[in-house]
Amino acid sequence: MFDFSVVTTWIDELLRVTLGLNNFWTLFIEFILIGVVLLAVYAIIALILIYVERKICAFFQCRIGPNRVGKWGLIQPIADMIKILLKEIITLKNNDKFLFYLAPFFVIVGSILTFAALPFGLGLHAVDFNVGIVYILAVSSLGIIGILLAGWSSNNKYTLIGAMRSGSQLVSYELSAALSLMTIVVMAGSMQISTIVEEQSDMWFIFKGNIPAIVAFVIYMIAGHAETNRGPFDLPEAESELTAGYHTEYSGISFGLFYVAEYLNLFITSAIAATVFLGGWMPLHIPGLDGFNAVMDYIPSVIWFFGKAAFCVFLQMWVRWTFPRLRIDQLLKFEWKILMPIALVNLLVMAVCVVVF
Amino acid sequence: MKSFCNYIKSIVLGIWNLLLGMKITMLNFLRPKITEQYPENRGKQVMFERFRGSLTMVHNDKNEHGCTACGICQMNCPNGTIKIVSSMIEDAETGKKKKVLDKYLYDIGTCIFCDMCVSSCPQQAIAWSTEFEHAVFNRSKLVKQLNNEGSTLKVKEKSAPKTEVA
Ligand code: SF4
Ligand code: SF4
Repeated sequence: MFDFSVVTTWIDELLRVTLGLNNFWTLFIEFILIGVVLLAVYAIIALILIYVERKICAFFQCRIGPNRVGKWGLIQPIADMIKILLKEIITLKNNDKFLFYLAPFFVIVGSILTFAALPFGLGLHAVDFNVGIVYILAVSSLGIIGILLAGWSSNNKYTLIGAMRSGSQLVSYELSAALSLMTIVVMAGSMQISTIVEEQSDMWFIFKGNIPAIVAFVIYMIAGHAETNRGPFDLPEAESELTAGYHTEYSGISFGLFYVAEYLNLFITSAIAATVFLGGWMPLHIPGLDGFNAVMDYIPSVIWFFGKAAFCVFLQMWVRWTFPRLRIDQLLKFEWKILMPIALVNLLVMAVCVVVF
Repeated sequence: MKSFCNYIKSIVLGIWNLLLGMKITMLNFLRPKITEQYPENRGKQVMFERFRGSLTMVHNDKNEHGCTACGICQMNCPNGTIKIVSSMIEDAETGKKKKVLDKYLYDIGTCIFCDMCVSSCPQQAIAWSTEFEHAVFNRSKLVKQLNNEGSTLKVKEKSAPKTEVA
């Protein structure tokens, strides 16, 4: 399998040895490079996801979806993007301008920080430290600050209700998500994402961990889905009740940032699920079948990663376009009375399994 | 204990129902899509038969129509969409005066496709066509003359049974 650290070490050598830069400048240039690459990938994934979402949504509703701009409507998201960039940013009266314009950046920064911590392939891993899972959980919930700020600073009842709902939803579901990830941490014995992926080299955790791992996977998918404010959990932006929830008052590029962040959070949730439960970039290995494993190794790690993430994205879209929106009491009851207890028991079962076997 | 059993039961039932819903949407997802792709299927696609596209006057192959210029359709039309231009001529054989249709003008720009005209016509002289591409470049083109150039009134057999008007 191709190791991308060959490329990264080559760049490092180039800067240090060939160009003879000192430590500071080498790191400076490398950080900028990584930042630019991550942002570019972020934007590209957003475009792809917008297209895929529209297409899949259409297929679930027995429609064809975008099919006019380019072959099969492939250029549609680019046209959408240009449209959003050209739109006027409407300034409001009587609102907190500073917080209003700051809010989308909180949302987007939160999601980019999480995005940077994903292992995209063998040797393609920007942020990797020994408490990776905690880092991911922490920065992914930064976005909620942006949502609360957006709802508050717009000075509008719809945005405020939306933001408050979003807050209570995120605080609740974050627990289940963290507990289900902890279940796997117990099994892997490490919080470092690269170690978690390495641990799955003989078998993915969802197969290795038997029932507790499968339950944790399902719980994580549900809780992660709720955190992205989509699908049956889209109370914060319930358009039939709150027009657009917390981003009602936004227009132009600031709306675009919310929009992109929503799609990227979808991807990030799926990617974390893929990494932690489905082995990340690790190919499917079945112990004992060496020929099969060797064949699987020929598929590049990046394809494995994005394939698994795409699978999870599809699952989430499937759920989104199937179920109707919950009420706020149902939503909270679902979390506190069902998901959380199950996640806790599951964690306990997993701990017992790990200790006993 | 009982409530705990109910709790577990409700969870299992809930999961089952959710899966059922997801199965239905998946079947929809895989179903072939029947959306008509309009400009591509131009000419091939068939409109359903009762579609009210545009008012037409029925002409037979001898270029005869059934309109006696009675004006009932014009009176029934809520929008003044129909304008009948007629003239009186004298019948050469009997010497009786008779009204004949010169022009049947139909302004599709004001028509609301209510079907009052067609259903009130005692002669079934007018009917709907399913043609739906009405765009033109100026408004005067929306007024169409429905009777063909040089068409004449159909000669009716004397004992034609009276037709029920729906
Ligand atoms: S179309 Fe029918 S109703 Fe109208 S004037 Fe002719 S015969 Fe009379
Ligand atoms: S369909 Fe209605 S509006 Fe149109 S011409 Fe007939 S009576 Fe008038």
